[in-house]
Amino acid sequence: MFSTATPKHWPWMLGFVVAYGLLALVVDNPYYQLIMSNVLVWAIMGLSWNLLSGYSGLISFGHAAFFGTGAYFVVLAQVSFGLSPWFGIPLAGLIGGIAGIIVGIPTFRLRGHYFALAMLAYPLALLSVFEWLGYQEVAVPMVRETPAAFMQFADRRVYVLIGLVLLALAMILTRRLECSRYGLSLRAIKQDETAAEAAGVDTLAWKLKSIAISGSMAGAIGGFYAVIQLIVTPLSVFGVLVSAQALIVAMFGGVGTVWGPVIGAVTLVPLSAWLDAELAEVLPGIQGVVYGIAIIAVIMLAPEGIFWRVRDMLRGGSEPANSSIPNEPDAAIARFNDRQGGSGMQTTEAGAPLLQVRNLCKSFGGLKAVADVSFDVRHGEILGIIGPNGAGKTTLFNLLNGISPADSGTIEFEGQRIDGQRPNRICGAGIGRTFQVVKPFSRLSVADNVIVGAYLHASSIDEARERTADALSIVGLTQSAGLLAGNAGNRDLRLLEIARALATQPRLLLVDEVFAGLTAAETKEISALLKSLTAYGITLAIIEHTMQAMVQLVDRFIALDHGQVLATGTPDQITRDPAVIEAYLGKKWLTDA
Amino acid sequence: MTAAQHLENILQHLTAGILTGAIYGLMCVGLSLIFGVMRVINFAQGEFAMLGMYAAWYCFGLFSGFIFWPDLIGPYLAALAAGPIVFVIGVALHKLLVSQVTGTSSSTLDAEGHYAQLILTLGISLVLANGGLVVFGSAPVSISTSLSSTPWIVGPLWGQDLLLFINQGQTIAAIIAIGVALIFAALMTRTRLGKSLRAAADNPEAAIYMGINVDRAYRIAFGFGVAITAIGGGLLASTNPFQPYIGIEFVVVMYAGVVLGGLGSVSGAFIGGLVIGLVQQMSPLVLPTQLQNTSVFVCFLIIVLLKPEGLFGSAARRA
Repeated sequence: MFSTATPKHWPWMLGFVVAYGLLALVVDNPYYQLIMSNVLVWAIMGLSWNLLSGYSGLISFGHAAFFGTGAYFVVLAQVSFGLSPWFGIPLAGLIGGIAGIIVGIPTFRLRGHYFALAMLAYPLALLSVFEWLGYQEVAVPMVRETPAAFMQFADRRVYVLIGLVLLALAMILTRRLECSRYGLSLRAIKQDETAAEAAGVDTLAWKLKSIAISGSMAGAIGGFYAVIQLIVTPLSVFGVLVSAQALIVAMFGGVGTVWGPVIGAVTLVPLSAWLDAELAEVLPGIQGVVYGIAIIAVIMLAPEGIFWRVRDMLRGGSEPANSSIPNEPDAAIARFNDRQGGSGMQTTEAGAPLLQVRNLCKSFGGLKAVADVSFDVRHGEILGIIGPNGAGKTTLFNLLNGISPADSGTIEFEGQRIDGQRPNRICGAGIGRTFQVVKPFSRLSVADNVIVGAYLHASSIDEARERTADALSIVGLTQSAGLLAGNAGNRDLRLLEIARALATQPRLLLVDEVFAGLTAAETKEISALLKSLTAYGITLAIIEHTMQAMVQLVDRFIALDHGQVLATGTPDQITRDPAVIEAYLGKKWLTDA
Repeated sequence: MTAAQHLENILQHLTAGILTGAIYGLMCVGLSLIFGVMRVINFAQGEFAMLGMYAAWYCFGLFSGFIFWPDLIGPYLAALAAGPIVFVIGVALHKLLVSQVTGTSSSTLDAEGHYAQLILTLGISLVLANGGLVVFGSAPVSISTSLSSTPWIVGPLWGQDLLLFINQGQTIAAIIAIGVALIFAALMTRTRLGKSLRAAADNPEAAIYMGINVDRAYRIAFGFGVAITAIGGGLLASTNPFQPYIGIEFVVVMYAGVVLGGLGSVSGAFIGGLVIGLVQQMSPLVLPTQLQNTSVFVCFLIIVLLKPEGLFGSAARRA
């Protein structure tokens, strides 16, 4: 990525692992050794939770489902088949991953709090199932002959070291994913799922990958937990506190970073264990109270978690370091043109229909937002779509790029039916889109916003970067590449959306009210940019109210009213059409124009 | 088993389902005010039911010295008294904590607000459940009276074969639950307070311009929501033993009922709770008894996955 000027993570990780390992070697109190291995278990559970919920923003209250499945698998496999945990734990990881996919496929249809609540139900259901199966308490069988072959050690320091290896693996995995397309796509999903889809991100596939990896981490560490606890009960592995603890250590330390769950676990696990040891006699539920208070305090005082708070304090809240994007407009244009040319434009003659819309209908309750609309968008043209507020313009765009499904009718793009497909597929087919209300990924830099789209057709990170640089160069945002999108102004955001769409290599670009709120000079600038895009073989369909700019920009107009096509024609014809004047332009238009 | 025995079995579970379901219905009405109408995700709602149970338990002990027929009316008076007690706790928690991440202070950051609510109320839930363990101890307690173990016997029906036992305590509790739900519905639709609560929930900004103190309205609505759930908890306590960790069992029950009934519909929530009660109590007819709660969780999953707008909700997917 461009902007996350990678702080030196690897030396820190190595340092942490070595220090923790050395500490484990000198501690000789078995109780402390148990706490030290528990810290590792919950750090990994936190990382597992973080991998799904921290990056994607889908809060899971049900990670205990994977943890408990892994724990029971390892114990029962040893009890029934004599399978050593050395093999059981990796298998538990596999099973956790499969469980993640099984849970994810139905549950990802839900968003927000519905997702969280549904996730809560899985471990609770499993809890009573395991009670019913008669597994109220399953102990790990002691092996006398070859204990080491069954991960049984008299010296508990070995467990800490095994846990440390697992943690190191989990941290390396997390860090690698974080820096890859994976991390970026999930963060894009977290910030605006619709925009991510429209930029070609297959959100469902990414979420499934995410829950599979997350579930497999939780399953494996659940298995390890069973080995160090020696006994498994439904409540201790499927209970709400398991899911809550994963969530809390991650939130406490900071979500969306590899360090958050580690910081959280290192702080909270020993604290609650110590309080539990000191006070359990008088205050039996103290552990849960500690976690509860910790999470309340974090939400009230530092909702982003300790890691980010400390980092911001150290950096003085400054912007991330600026990116180094080469500013070489000519080369960028040449490369961009090359790619667009390579994508099939030249094979078709200009003027032939690129997009064919036939009898498209969409109703919301009794309101017919789009009623039997048919039109063509021709190769290489700039089509203006006008109409009064509520005429169905944006709804039409939402149907065209798949954000909402049409009730009936067909949409053909380059001869292929695209209606009924998800936005990321339609984007992949070659239709890009900008939004009336801008949808930037606010917490990513401008460059990272664009690279989300650029990954669609890029085969490597380097290629995605190059595509990003080119798209930014064409819209003229190279200077602002390192800026956080949330801090960008209206003009820059409009350009950013165009760049993000351009990076997906579109043949048709749907532009929704891009001039809204811009000054006259900015309107002129973006208008010229849009016009120049046709030179790369990009066809445009533009929704707009700013008629003065539009009359000069577009080749052809479609006027919509009450969800129906009122008129089509050249700017000249449309501006004289009495029906259009009546419904939209107004009588004043005649006298002014 | 003969046909009559089968029928008896079914009727017995049906009765239990209706009686339990009526109380679940009341608990759902409380949650529907918070989740359905105000769109606040309160994960700790089950713990407020638990608090209602313990409040009723203490009140029962307190009242029994003062009132006539403590065995007869004690548990129900105690359950009703749990309402105001938990109302105060709810209002205080809302003012101190929940209001910081909901209502007018968070209306701009839509998704972020929900996120914070979930986590905050999870924290409150942990503190209340485990704090409950500290304060009340882990041993299950119950408010047992002669009523809660005395049935009315209906029958013999169908010749001599069919006898139906209807628990007297449960029946009275269910009737009170229905009564409280009706009074609350009247309060919400008829009174000025109810109207201002609904207005504040529906469109906070417009309500502010109409001179409604929206923050106060939210606080009161939250208080009412948890208090009604607590009365439901108190009524359950009159027949069932309970312990501080019982809250989590009700969380899924209540959300299932509210979602089933359709967000924003108070009467829908009651019926939703009733249905969930029926599912829970009738599941032993086809499933092992230990899987009673699993049936509720599975039912909840099916509802949110297949029909998240609920049975009676239309424009429910606002959230």
